[in-house]
This record gives sequence, C-alpha cells and structure tokens, in this order.
Amino acid sequence: MATPELIAGAEPRLRPGSLSGRRRIGEDVVKGVLALCALVSVATTVGIVIALFVPAIEFFREISIVDFLTGTNWSPLFEPASFGVLPLVGGTLLVTAIASLVAMPLGLGAAVYMSEYASPRARGIIKPAFELLAGIPTIVFGYFALTFVTPLLRDIGVPVDIFNTLSAGLVIGVMLLPTVASLSEDAMGAVPRDLRDGAYALGSTKVQVATRIVVPAAVSGIVASFVLAISRAVGETMIVLVAMGQQPNLTFDPKEAAEAMTAFIAATGAGDIPTGSLEYKTIFAVGALLFVMTLVMNVFAIRLVRKYREAYE
Amino acid sequence: MSSIEPMTLGQIAQEHDEVETPKREVVFAVEDLAVAYASNVAIREVSLEVYKNAVTAFIGPSGCGKSTFIRCFNRMNDLVPSAKVTGNVLYHGKDLYADEVDPVEVRRRIGMVFQKPNPFPKSIYDNIAFGPRVLGLKDNLSDRVESALQRAALWDEVKDRLKESALGLSGGQQQRLCIARCLAVEPDVILMDEPASALDPISTTRIEDLMHELKREYTIVIVTHNMQQAARVADMTAFFSVDVAPDGGKRTGILVEYDRTSKIFTTPADKRTEDYVTGRFG
Repeated sequence: MATPELIAGAEPRLRPGSLSGRRRIGEDVVKGVLALCALVSVATTVGIVIALFVPAIEFFREISIVDFLTGTNWSPLFEPASFGVLPLVGGTLLVTAIASLVAMPLGLGAAVYMSEYASPRARGIIKPAFELLAGIPTIVFGYFALTFVTPLLRDIGVPVDIFNTLSAGLVIGVMLLPTVASLSEDAMGAVPRDLRDGAYALGSTKVQVATRIVVPAAVSGIVASFVLAISRAVGETMIVLVAMGQQPNLTFDPKEAAEAMTAFIAATGAGDIPTGSLEYKTIFAVGALLFVMTLVMNVFAIRLVRKYREAYE
Repeated sequence: MSSIEPMTLGQIAQEHDEVETPKREVVFAVEDLAVAYASNVAIREVSLEVYKNAVTAFIGPSGCGKSTFIRCFNRMNDLVPSAKVTGNVLYHGKDLYADEVDPVEVRRRIGMVFQKPNPFPKSIYDNIAFGPRVLGLKDNLSDRVESALQRAALWDEVKDRLKESALGLSGGQQQRLCIARCLAVEPDVILMDEPASALDPISTTRIEDLMHELKREYTIVIVTHNMQQAARVADMTAFFSVDVAPDGGKRTGILVEYDRTSKIFTTPADKRTEDYVTGRFG
C-alpha cells in the first residue's frame, strides 16, 4: 500500500520534540486576582470575629458569663445594673419562631407551586412580585408592622399591645417569604426531569411527584433556604426595633412588647454611651452571643442535611 | 481459511420466529395518529396494532418520531405542555385520549422504562416499593418487592443490600431495577424507550433475555435504534422514517412498514425498509 502523500503546501505538523512550554504569566495573574477576591471575605470574617470578641471578652472580665447567660433580668443601663441576657434571647427566639412559621410553609408552598404547577404565565407574574417584595427596605416593613398589622390584629380581635412580638414576627416572615421561595424553587428546578418522568410513569399524581420525589431530592437546598431565613430573622433589626418594642421582657406571649437582641444593640449603640465603658462592652457581648447562636444553627443544619438528603448525583 | 460466518439480521429474526403469527389479541389499536410540538409535526398518519404477549419494536433513523410515538401509549406526552396528540390510541378498545380518561390511571396499567436508567435517589427497596406505595398497595409490600426483583433477574444481586442506595448499582443493574420498579405495580404493558442504549453489551444481553421472559406475562413495546436488537427480541417490527417536505423544509416521522420481524428483515415490502435494514441508509 502506498503511503498517502502529505498535502502539498500544508503547515508542517508539530513534531514530538521537547514538550516543555513557556510559563504562562497571564494564568498566574488571573489565579492571584481570583484568590484575592476570595481572601477579602475570609479576612472580613476574621476581622469581625476579632472586633466582636475582644470587647466581649473584656465584658466577661467584669460580669460573670454564667450570670449573663442565665440571668432573667436585663437592665444594663440603669442602677442597679443587671446583665441577665435571657429576656433578649427569648425575644429574639420568639420573633424568629413566628417569622419561621410564616416564611417556611408559605415559602415552600410557593416554591412547589412555581416549580411543579405554575404555567409559564403564572410564573411570569409571581416571580417579579416576589422580587419586588424582596427589594422593600426593612424600615418600611417595620412601619408596616407597627401602623398596619398591629391595628389590623386589634381589629380582628387579637388584643395586642402597641409594640408586640406577633406583628413583628408576621412581617419578618412575609419579608423572608421570597428568600425561601426562590432558593427552594431553584433547588427543585435542579432535580432532573428523568426522576419526575420515572415517577409519573408509575402512575404518580402531581402531588405525589412533588412530595415524594422533588422535595426529598431538593431537601438540601430547601433546608439551606430555611437556615438563611432563620439567620436573617435572628439578625433582623429594623422591624423588631420599630414594631416589637424595647422592653426586655422574658415572656412567651407574642401579644406583649419585648426586646430582641439586635434591637438592644441598635438602640444602645445609637444612644450616647462612652466608648470603653461597661455599657459599651455590653453591646459586643450581646453581639458575640448572636454570632455564636447563628453559627451553631448553621453547623447543626449542615449536619442535618447531610444525614437526610437524597443526593441524585 | 475458516471464518465465523456472521448471521444476517434475517437469520437472527427467524431463530425465534413463530411459524405462523397466531391471531393474537389486540392491546393497542392506533388509528391515524399524529403528534405535534407547537407547529412542528413530529410524526403523522400512523396506524398499527400492538398484540398481546408479544414484543413489538419500533426502529428507524434519528428524528423519525419513534420515541415521541411510544410516549403516546402512556400519555407521557401530556407532560410536555406544547405537545398535541390527534387521532386515536385504542387500548383494549378504549380511547386513551378520550376526555374522561385520567392519564394517571393510564400510567398505572402501562409502565415505562426510559433510555437512561433513572433510579430514584432512594434505597433499592424504596425504589421498588415506590409504585405500590403511590397506588396504596401496602399489603405484603416486601413480598411484592422481592417478586418484582426476582422477575427482573436482579434479586440475587441485591437481596443483601436492599437498604442501600440504588445509585450504587451499575448501569445495567440500575436499568433492571427500573424494570423491576415497573413490574412492581403489575402493569399490563411495558413500554421501553431504547432501554439498552446506555448499557454495555453484557448488560444489553441480560435486558434482552429479560424481555423474552417477560413477554409471557406482559405485552412489550420497545423503541430501539439497534436493528440487531430488534431482530433478536421483537416479534413484530415497525419501521419509521423521516419524510422531508418537497420544499426541503419540514421533517416529519412516518410509519413505512409494519410486519413480523422476520419478514421486515428478510423480505421487506418497501424499498426504504430494505435500504435501512441492509445498511444502505441511516
């Protein structure tokens, strides 16, 4: 057999000679810049932790950490000062619980609707509405709670105080609804079509496909949206400041006024307290506790998801 | 010099051919069926009958609408919002597309196995139990699961690991799991859309052997792009082709020829079928 002739005039082929290439400086530069971007957030986190915990530790030199965590009376600014943080923690937990009870079921329901039921047309209306809701400043939500929801609750026969945990919690829940709905829907949308088809082919109804296939497969994304919602509810400041009140009140009655940890920090920080004073350090102690609470919850949620999720890849 | 004489498709088909096609019970009677996605007609003017306890294969080149067609038998096309089905698909004499027919009820009787194995991200046991559970068949669930896995020839391989994730199985095992999942709801018909195209040759052989077993109890319809496979497993074969509009524009799938498999692969009536099965086209 004749060897085929090389095409006349063609470029010479690369010969298997030395395979060492020149150093690509562009690659290194890009890699460095990208690493720097990542570093900014790490550095910020470290900075926050230091800025938060240094004054907080100084606080605990003066006030016993046990008294702080177990005391039921919070009056750091008045004589005789008392530093029992439980009323603030209780206020935060109560308002977060109410907000979660609103945002999680409604958000998940909305997500299932949008991912499994809604026509493209319906989705085209709902999605922008949610984006609008997500763009409203929290101060607006705060006054909405105080001047609309609270009177509304009274009108329908719920005897709430002017400042109360219930309306603040309800409004935070509504505020978080788009977060839960949109993140959960993304997670459900990522579940492969194959799995839905497989379930439909076995004679499943839409509800069965949604609850037995899509939600379990998307559970890590759904829980992530819940965790984000809880974190934001715990950290929410304006709404609780405006609508929930500033009375550290260890109560589980959502009709009463109470004070959340963030509201204390914001209100006290805005007042005139001397830098370095015990009152000043109190702010950081409460902030550090808030930080630890959110961190613990995140870690716990990640564990939970690893245990229960149905990974489809 | 000696060489192994390869069998022709015709010889393969004749190996399992029954001498005379008995007058079989008709499971599906398709009458002038067409499917369109929006304004695109994927397949049109299809009429054929599918017989009980037989394997019926749909073959043809890509784009001939064979997968679209098989999805008409369990109304899976309903899940594609733009799909529109016209014509009749009679299932034991009842029109599957009549207004009062519930697609969920249809799919409970007519199971489907897909091209890519699609086990649920659950345990092996829960995969098989899924169908019975959604149908509310909760009695003797573990017997049902065992029986389905036995019939899909998977039981011996998985009986010690029923609680493990189905995603840990090999591709071929996953596909047999999907067949078992389908058998667990005791369907009347099993539709298979290129069930072995993502599998290695050994797994493919196992699936084909399984089809020979299963046709004693079920009616099987299979789409395949592999003519050898059609010749090996099918009693009846329908050849689909693509009809290009005279202006060279729209491409539509059409049914060219439908007959006993041995006939399709030895003495096809249509020139286009002959060209396809002899490898001159497609």
